[in-house]
Amino acid sequence: MKTEFTKRQLRNSDTQLANDILRRCVHCGLCTATCSSYVVLGDERDSPRGRIYMIKEMLETGAAPDQSLTTHMDRCLTCLSCMTTCPSGVDYMHLSDLARKEIETRGHRPLKQRFIRRLLSETLPYPKRLSLSLTLGSLARPFRSLIAKMGFKEIVAMLELLPKRAKRTAEFKGGGIARPRGPQLKRVLLMTGCAQKVIRPAINDASIRLMARQGIEVVISKDAGCCGAMDQHMGREKEAIDHAMRNFKAWQALEDDDPIDGIVMNASGCGTSVKDYDHLLSKQKGIAEEVKKFTDKVFDISEFLIDYDLRTTEQWTDLKIAVHMPCSMMHGQRLTHQPFELLQNAGFTVMALDEPHICCGSAGTYNILQPEIATSLGTRKAEHIKRVKPDIVATGNLGCLTQMSHHSDTPVVHFVELLDWAYGGPCPEGVEHLQHRVDRLKTAETGH
Amino acid sequence: MGIFSKLQEKIKSAIPRSVIRDLSEVLKSEQIVLDQAGLQAFETDALTAIQVLPFVVVMPESTDDVAAIAKISHKYDVPMVPRGAGTSLAGGAIPLSNAIVVCLSRMNKILDIDLMNRSAKVQAGVTNLAISAAVDRDGFFYAPDPSSQLSCTIAGNIAMNSGGAHCLKYGVTTHNILGVKLVTAEGKILEFGGSFLDPAGYDFLSLIVGSEGGLGIVTEATVMLRAKPEGARPLLLGFESHEQAGDCVAAIIGKGYLPVAIEFMDKPAIKACEEHARAGYPLDVEALLIIEFEGADEEIDASFQQILRIASEFKPVHKRIAGTAEEAEAIWLGRKSAFGAIGRISEYLCMDGVIPLSKLSHVLSKITEICNSYKFQVSNIFHAGDGNLHPLILYDANRTGEFQRVEKCGAEILELCVMAGGCITGEHGVGLEKRDLMSLQFSETDLINQMRVKLLFDPNWVLNPDKVFPLELAETFRRDESSSSDGETA
Repeated sequence: MKTEFTKRQLRNSDTQLANDILRRCVHCGLCTATCSSYVVLGDERDSPRGRIYMIKEMLETGAAPDQSLTTHMDRCLTCLSCMTTCPSGVDYMHLSDLARKEIETRGHRPLKQRFIRRLLSETLPYPKRLSLSLTLGSLARPFRSLIAKMGFKEIVAMLELLPKRAKRTAEFKGGGIARPRGPQLKRVLLMTGCAQKVIRPAINDASIRLMARQGIEVVISKDAGCCGAMDQHMGREKEAIDHAMRNFKAWQALEDDDPIDGIVMNASGCGTSVKDYDHLLSKQKGIAEEVKKFTDKVFDISEFLIDYDLRTTEQWTDLKIAVHMPCSMMHGQRLTHQPFELLQNAGFTVMALDEPHICCGSAGTYNILQPEIATSLGTRKAEHIKRVKPDIVATGNLGCLTQMSHHSDTPVVHFVELLDWAYGGPCPEGVEHLQHRVDRLKTAETGH
Repeated sequence: MGIFSKLQEKIKSAIPRSVIRDLSEVLKSEQIVLDQAGLQAFETDALTAIQVLPFVVVMPESTDDVAAIAKISHKYDVPMVPRGAGTSLAGGAIPLSNAIVVCLSRMNKILDIDLMNRSAKVQAGVTNLAISAAVDRDGFFYAPDPSSQLSCTIAGNIAMNSGGAHCLKYGVTTHNILGVKLVTAEGKILEFGGSFLDPAGYDFLSLIVGSEGGLGIVTEATVMLRAKPEGARPLLLGFESHEQAGDCVAAIIGKGYLPVAIEFMDKPAIKACEEHARAGYPLDVEALLIIEFEGADEEIDASFQQILRIASEFKPVHKRIAGTAEEAEAIWLGRKSAFGAIGRISEYLCMDGVIPLSKLSHVLSKITEICNSYKFQVSNIFHAGDGNLHPLILYDANRTGEFQRVEKCGAEILELCVMAGGCITGEHGVGLEKRDLMSLQFSETDLINQMRVKLLFDPNWVLNPDKVFPLELAETFRRDESSSSDGETA
């Protein structure tokens, strides 16, 4: 596509990047059809092509982002479905990051929006603050209709999504090393995330047990934390870089002790961001090479395990599992078959959902900030689940898990919880009623 | 400025305001786009080189909405430009500065599926592929498959009488539409055809299909569904020259074989598509044919043997039969993404000429000559089986004056097609891009008679005006018509 930047504008590295991305777009419109917001809203401005065009105009004129661009960028789920579809290879991810940064730094938002975004940015990534707000949240739940009347639909959405009962506490807390019982074959660093630790700690526990049982030493750094994705998707680049730098330093410290074979992610939303640290940190001086060395060995847990010879399971089951692929896996990391294969090898009957490329509406903080569209997408996904009648839905990202549990009657778990179960771990939370459909052929060891 | 012209200016600027006021009375606010940034998102389609900012965009949700909009357009004599998904390569959906853009993208519901009668009734903003997806599980599909089928709407397909790779066997849009509901320029709702094959009386339906939004705005369509074949597999044949590939196509068709599709891709296209689709295309050949047959396995194998026998005369250097459904899918994904994939290399102007197959290899070498004379690189990706060429002329859109040069180069190519006994558009339509080239194809009398037909449907010339017909000729025609009708009333 033709662009109209002056030479002076192009001296700015962000603008140069935007120009390179925009020149690739031929405005063919294929992306519109697979865009999660366009399928719901049917409006060019809520499609990748429309947004790309509006971003182009904003950057070319140098004008401050207006209300219209802000609205339509806010409605983007960053599911990146468009990037899978785009035949020209337009890098929408980095273009939208640039636009969001512009909106955050040069645009205007009403006070209420600023308050809510700040609130999210200051609580969700910090486990202690999040725990506290969950307690406060459960006290506030009965007052939802009052809060709605005050115009805080985002807060209501947040309260609706909170876990309704207290979760089991984590078996593995804080930093440390889980050593396999047998010979140690590999050593990995597991990123345990931020919100995940509080909302469903069982995912980390299951990941640790699953890997340790296979002879993988699992290291958890107490200094690593939130990946920064949430801030980045809200255009808060500085905060995102801070999070990334903290993690980078934590990895450096660990690698100094003993080299690691991989950085394993069990929340695919975070995985997409962490894999892109070399881009996010590209302006930090003198570390580019080392960052790249790390990002090259970031793996989603499904990606890591698929190359691994998992032992045969010691159970028989007729449970039917529908796999919901998070957008961050499918589009962000282009992983398509790994969870299906792993679950199948573990003895489950695996099924795909219709419209697998469309987002469930979770998308980080999207279901809090855009509750109406998120609900349409959540309901749509729930209908697809209903059609195939699975016993359990398995996914690979905490956000999707929370969103679909809210919209679907079928229990939703992380696929590592099912794998851990199949290879000898405990029955995942929420599917205890299905335990009778699993026959243990012999007592499996739990080696951690 | 005299008082009169001042007054005229005032009236002119008052019109858009009244139009918008009236529109807001019949539509919800989120159905109307008025802000500058939002309007810009609609200023072009897939012919990105041309942009015109509309003054308002509306997104109707029903036929009644469209009728209400048309009544307002009629009341104020304001033109309407219908738009589906905005994927036209001929600029069919590019707005006019004084027009209401009627965007049908929200009318995306499938209204009724009648498998017994093999038809489906859909709103016009439904995408082409969504129809096939809705009946896939029952073993049916909608046949015409333009490469943009993922996102283009059935309304746009009807407007342009779109084709596609598999139209060699199944025919183009007009052969697959059973009926339409449309809104006229005055806001009346009409229906043509039905849910059966051949309606009684004049075949007005065939007139509507391919009328480029100039006779009415189609809001609903009844389309023909077909049973999916038992199986389908493509064969890849690579050649060392375009001419050998071209001659091979002519020989296959000339001998009476009818594959479902015969597609042609040249070297730059093969490389770009391979990067996107990872289909395993041969990267060292100059030209590649994708030849697909349908039916039972034995049937397909037998057909492939016959094709390979014919092809051997043209010395293919690469032969591969897709073994699995996944392989076949990747081969087609690559082909169908070709235009977008070329975006990895360069901007381009996409041509859409048709020629008799016997002239294929001659025309292909002539096209290279023409492009060489302009120092443009060209990439050829097209439906070879029906002689529908798509030379993509690559150019640098950021260089001033390049678009004008590339347009001239394109015009020469289309003139070549007409001289070879073909025509200037196979499936993309005339739109804005080729309106002036219509005189290459038709005499003035022909064009005037075509415009008379439009005038019957659209007496005030408000439906997608400035498209299809040479601008100057259309203006003269309308002046003559209005003065002669003034004469009649006097």
